[in-house]
This record gives sequence, C-alpha cells and structure tokens, in this order.
Amino acid sequence: MEKSSADKYRELAVSTVIVLFSLMIALILGAFLFAVAGANPLRAYGVMLAQPLSGMFGLTEMMVRAAPLMLVGLGIAIAFRSGILNIGGEGQIMLGVVFGTAVGLALPNLPKPLLIAAVFLAAFVGGGLWGGIAGWMRAYLNVNEILSTVMLNYIAVQVYQYLLRGPMIDPNEVAYGTGVPQTALLSENARLIRYIQGFRLHSGLLIAIALAVVVFLFLWKTTVGYRMRAVGAEPKAATYAGMNVKHNLVLAMVLSGGFAGMAGAIEVMGVHHRAMESISAGYGFSGIVVALFGGLHPLGIVPSSMVFGLLIVGADMMQRAVDVPASIILAIQGLIIVAIVSSNLFLKNPKMRDKVFSLLGGRKIAERDPEGGRT
Amino acid sequence: MILEVVIGVIVGGIPLSASLLFASLGEMFGQRSGVFNLGTEGIMMLSAFVGFYLVYLFGSPVLGIVAAMAVGGLMGLLMALVSVTFKAEQGISGIGLYMFGWGVSGTLFRVYVGGVTNIDGIGRIAVPVLKDIPVLGPILFNQNPLVYLAFLLVPVSSYVLFKTPWGLKVRAVGTTPQAADTLGVNVQRIRYQCVTLGGVMSGLAGAYLSIGQAQMFADNLTAGRGFIAVALVYFGRWKPSGVMWGALLFSMAHALQRSIQVYGIEFPYEIAVATPYLMVILVLALTYKERNVGPLALGKPYNREFRG
Repeated sequence: MEKSSADKYRELAVSTVIVLFSLMIALILGAFLFAVAGANPLRAYGVMLAQPLSGMFGLTEMMVRAAPLMLVGLGIAIAFRSGILNIGGEGQIMLGVVFGTAVGLALPNLPKPLLIAAVFLAAFVGGGLWGGIAGWMRAYLNVNEILSTVMLNYIAVQVYQYLLRGPMIDPNEVAYGTGVPQTALLSENARLIRYIQGFRLHSGLLIAIALAVVVFLFLWKTTVGYRMRAVGAEPKAATYAGMNVKHNLVLAMVLSGGFAGMAGAIEVMGVHHRAMESISAGYGFSGIVVALFGGLHPLGIVPSSMVFGLLIVGADMMQRAVDVPASIILAIQGLIIVAIVSSNLFLKNPKMRDKVFSLLGGRKIAERDPEGGRT
Repeated sequence: MILEVVIGVIVGGIPLSASLLFASLGEMFGQRSGVFNLGTEGIMMLSAFVGFYLVYLFGSPVLGIVAAMAVGGLMGLLMALVSVTFKAEQGISGIGLYMFGWGVSGTLFRVYVGGVTNIDGIGRIAVPVLKDIPVLGPILFNQNPLVYLAFLLVPVSSYVLFKTPWGLKVRAVGTTPQAADTLGVNVQRIRYQCVTLGGVMSGLAGAYLSIGQAQMFADNLTAGRGFIAVALVYFGRWKPSGVMWGALLFSMAHALQRSIQVYGIEFPYEIAVATPYLMVILVLALTYKERNVGPLALGKPYNREFRG
C-alpha cells in the first residue's frame, strides 16, 4: 500500500521522537552506572558529549569511527529488513580484514584506485562468506542465525589470531624476534587519502556515505531489493507471490557480511595500514545499535553512525577525564538497544502512534493502516 | 595414554558442565513458556562479577551466590518486562542485555578490583563412602557441591515441567497461548515467572563460574558459555535430560581441548580453542530435522487483542 506523504511525515516524526526518547531513557539509566562506578554522571556525560565536538581532533576522530560503524550498520539494516538478524558483524569484520589485507599485500604495485577497489572487493568476499554461512544454515538447515553468527564470531577471533601469529605475521616481527601479532604494512597504493595533516580523517567516510546511497537505491528502487524487504516483512505472503525466501535469506546475509567486511577494509586502508589484533573495537556490536537508532534506514544510519562515533570517541575522552573505563559505553549501548526495541510497542501500534503525534501538536489523521504495517 | 586422556576428559568435563547446566535448564523454562532469552551470556557475566566481588569483599561464598542469583533474577525480570510487556523482538533485546552485562561487569571490575585477583571460593567436597568406589568414586563423588546441585536439578526440572500443574501451564503457554488464556491461565504471569527463573539460574551459573570453577574474575569470563547454553536447549530438544547430555558433551569437548594442550600434542592452539564453538554450529546444523518439536509459540509475544 502506498502511503501519502502526510502519513510518511507523521511516521517519521513519531519514530524520531520515540527513538530520541529511548536514547534519553538509556542515558538516564547510564547515569546510575556512572554513579555506581564512582563518577559524577553530569561531568562524565559533559565530557563524553561535548569534548569531541570542541576540537579538530575530536571532530575528525568522530568521523573516523563513523565510517566503519556506517558500513556495519548498513549491512545489519539489510539483514534485519530481510528478516534475518546478523549479530556476527565482529567476525565478518575480521574475515574482511584478513581477505582485504591479503590482497593488499599480494598486489602492492597495482595503481591506487584499482588496488583500493580490489581490497574492498576481497574484504566484501571475506565478510560475505562468513555471513553467508549463517544465512545458508538458516535458510536450508533452519539453524537459528543469532546463535550461528555468535559462534562464528568466537571462531573468527581464533582464526584471526592464528593467522596473525602464524602465516600472515610481518616477516620483520619474526626477523627481529619481537613477535607482535600483526601483518606487514600495506604499500602506499593501498592507503586511503588523508585530508588533514596530522589527523586520521580519511576518504573512507565519503565511500561509506556513497555506499549508504547505493543501499538506499538498492533496497527501495530495485526489484531485488523490494523482494528482500517483502520476504522480511511477510515471508508467507512473499512465498505465495512466488519469491524464493531461502535464496533471499542467503543473499541478505552475504550482503550484510560483505558490508561488515568492507568496514574491516576501511580500518585497514584508512587507519592502521595493516591487520593487527583487536582491530574491530566492537564495531560489530555497535553497528547493531547504529542500525536500530537509524531506523534501519540507510539515510538514518548516516547521522546515526555520527552519533555513535561521537559517543565512542567521547567515551575515550571521558575515561581520561573522570577515570571510568571506556567499556561503560558498551553497557550504555546495550541499554539503548533494549530501550529502542521496547519502544517498538509504541511504533507498531497505530493508536499509540497517533497519541504520540497529537502530543507533538500534530493533527490526528484518520486511521489508514490498521495493521501498523512495516515499510 | 589413551585411557589417561579419556579419564582426564571425563574428570575435567564434569565440573565444566555445571555452569552450562544451570544456565541451560533455566533457559529451557523460558523457552518452554515461549520466550527466547539471548541475554543469558550477559546475565552470567554480571552475576559472575557480583558473586566474585562479594566473596572478594566479605569472603562468604554463600553471600556471593545469593547475590549473584538476585542479580540474575533482576536481569531476568528486565528481560521479561521487555519481551513480555513491551513485546520487543526477543533476539535483539537479548543482545542488548548481553552488551549491558558485559559492559557493566567489565567496567565495575576495572574500577573496583583492577586486575586478576584470586578468591577463596567453594572447593570440592567428597561424599563419604561413595568416594571410595574404585575409579568412579573419585570421578563422580569428589566434586564442587554446586556440581551435585546442577545434576540434581535435572530430575527436579523434569518433575516440575512434566508432573506439576505449573509445569503443564508453562508448556501450554509456550505452545498455544490463546488456548491457555481461554482456560484462564495468565499467560503473561507464567512467562514472567519462567524468564525470571531463567535469570536466577543464569545467575547461579555465573556464580559457579567465578566462585566455584575459576575462583577469580576476568573480563569476558563466560566466553560464550551463555550462548552455548541457549544452543543446548535446542540440542536437548527442550528436555532436561537432553540438556544434560548436551552439557556433558560440550564440557568434555572443552576438556579434551585442554588436555590436547597439556599433553603437548601438535595442534594449533587457536583451532583447539575454537573447537567447542564449531561443535555448537555443527550440532545445530546436524539436528535440524528434529527441530520441529520445540514450543510452537517460541519467540512470539502474546497479544490478547490479536487472537490468531
């Protein structure tokens, strides 16, 4: 059913308010955590939310974090929209890093644009394979994808560490006997452009934004994308309409994992210029929050990844200022997830939506969508 | 040497199975009532920390266990609020709970303890007479008291689930909530009870890990055991005995992986560590044909207004 633009506007307004409200509740609960951890919550939040915005370093770092978050978030949105939950971002990032770095190291003399494209492609394949395993098992063996992706995360960590300590280790680390588990540095041709001298801000952010537009066009303007969303919204109806649900589930997970893999490539080519331990910094999980906070929509995920880039950089600054470990941000993100999924009760119920809208000062619109259908 | 390894695996595996067993039996009640709680891992982590910390402060394992169970129950209650009252997507909310438990336990551990510290938790208690049975005695009857409790809970859970009126209600609510509702069973209340019970059991699982098994705490101590416990419910086909065999199988695989390292068998360490997780995936994949015995309403919030 096509919706009128007034309806769309109403829904957007209501969901924005509800999501922001969820964020507020999570931050208030987080304040108690700060208090328990022995810090003044107001001062902690002050540092966390304001300090990154007050200087060049904070602003650029926020965008450096936003780029991988955006890609992981886009992938997760593709999966969620197609009716499959991808919790395996963390492992898919690592596989992307492995595949991308391997190609980057193997072809150091390829011209820059070609090499960067090749690394992205390899990382997409790596992450896509890892995600595809879970998608295939869900589609054809009915294995719960949450459990399989979580298990694949734990396996990926071990595979990753094995490769970094053994086959892929920097020959110099072996020669000098230092043995740091990391690969050799990538050639200059495999490094993304950095814009400002002395800061890490790189072209990965622009690439991620461009990909967000691609995902939007793919999901909403192509037949394949429409089918994927249809399968996610109403699998039974989609089956009756002759769509291959299983095929779409696998495709969704391959794409989702592929995007997480590309987030890994961005970290390698833009930030570290090599594969190293703990390269992902929890982006696989933060990406879930980014996707939910962005309303599972590419154009919402772009600003949403900025918000969480800010929170993550801010948490590091907060750790130095008030001496509470930055890991507290993980707990706050967990609260945000819980708050947002709980608010679905209000988002999906048309009566509730109308109530919220009228509280905002909007006119009530006659009920047109009694099922509260997802778009 | 083979016999040595086999006995080593059994001796090492039984104590490892207790945390899986507690968490998995608890999760089973939740799933039987129709709620899929993926937050088990987070609940175990936070309660493992709380239990550890109280023993660290006051030296009382009993206090630690009780507090861990209370924390687990509270987090279970939160999960029930989110999934039953707010009717949220259960997979995602569980992941939120996981991140919450991980973040809080890691943060508070760094703030209040700092580094790895050992505590005097609960040791093994040998059962008089029985422990003197040759071979089997030392294996089966020289365990942590919580291990005995975990295995005792298997028949108890079976009895509660299949022989009591409450167990019947739980199964009814998880299979056909509409019918149960029609017959006057309070669907929401039963689900709240089951998910909270699951939280308490996960709390006990966490306490056993930090106070009994490891006698210390470290960030991410549970290392996926909470998720494995959820998978075991599938593996055990929602039956306490099945869950028990699953828990034993996985802990013995874990013990085997450890003895591979101890005996210095040439095998990449990382691959050995990954084996139990790989096993979970394989087992889930291989048992797919038997999956249609689960609670029909699993994962579906019940809404009185839309009877289907």
